[in-house]
Amino acid sequence: MVEKDMQKTENVSATERIRNVKTFVPRVDIFENKDSLFLVADMPGVDEETVDIELEKNVLTITGRVENGRIKDATMMYSEYEIGDYERVFTLSDEIDREKIVATVKNGVLRLELPKAEKVKPKKIAIQAA
Amino acid sequence: MYNPSLWRVRRFSDVMPEMLHLQREMNRLFSHVGQKEPQDYPSVNIWEKGDTAVVTAELPGIDPEKMDISVSGDTVTIAGTALQETFAEGETYLRQERGIGSFKRNIKLPFQVNAQAVDARYEKGILMITLPRIKNDSPKKIKIQ
Repeated sequence: MVEKDMQKTENVSATERIRNVKTFVPRVDIFENKDSLFLVADMPGVDEETVDIELEKNVLTITGRVENGRIKDATMMYSEYEIGDYERVFTLSDEIDREKIVATVKNGVLRLELPKAEKVKPKKIAIQAA
Repeated sequence: MYNPSLWRVRRFSDVMPEMLHLQREMNRLFSHVGQKEPQDYPSVNIWEKGDTAVVTAELPGIDPEKMDISVSGDTVTIAGTALQETFAEGETYLRQERGIGSFKRNIKLPFQVNAQAVDARYEKGILMITLPRIKNDSPKKIKIQ
């Protein structure tokens, strides 16, 4: 692993939850080609039922709910990481074709394919003479 | 000032290795404040359940086939490689935060592990290894005659 902070980052800006759990910022990779934008997020502990993706206008919100991770009849002896929900919000610059968004979750990793809208016409604003 | 004879003083040179060691420890301690070293990945939680230890680790997106878990004596080793994206032409990273590359971590337990009975599961990106203690390694009760 590269020299990077490999600890989970707690989400400080997240709005408070009803459930008394911490929220963490999932680490993401984002890449694009000319047709789509791809987002890959590390969210260990979530599956397709507990992850939620919302796109409102150009604000993309990813949330994930994680079970408390306790092991039945066991006592914790040593702890290096904490367990909590995930939340992260992105502002997208491109127009996304929301009908064609594809999301999959595998091994605690969320993959989002956000196809760019067919016609992202650059809007030209005519300046009128006063 | 830097009289070499000073270094020949017996008592001082005896202390030297200790001092160097201490200095090294201090440097190590302070140069990594708030930063995890690669050998500390993945982070683990350890649970105790009777005579069994359960080690859990968050390892998102690892191919379970390529994960290597081994037990020897009282040490369990977790090793693997994070999957890397393969890019087609014209694709570029806009953001790259997820860990890439390989990792290896040794975890020492306070008892000898029954390697035959170790069970590892990988679900939703969380690895859970159940490590039972060797039966005859349990503390023996000694009767006083």
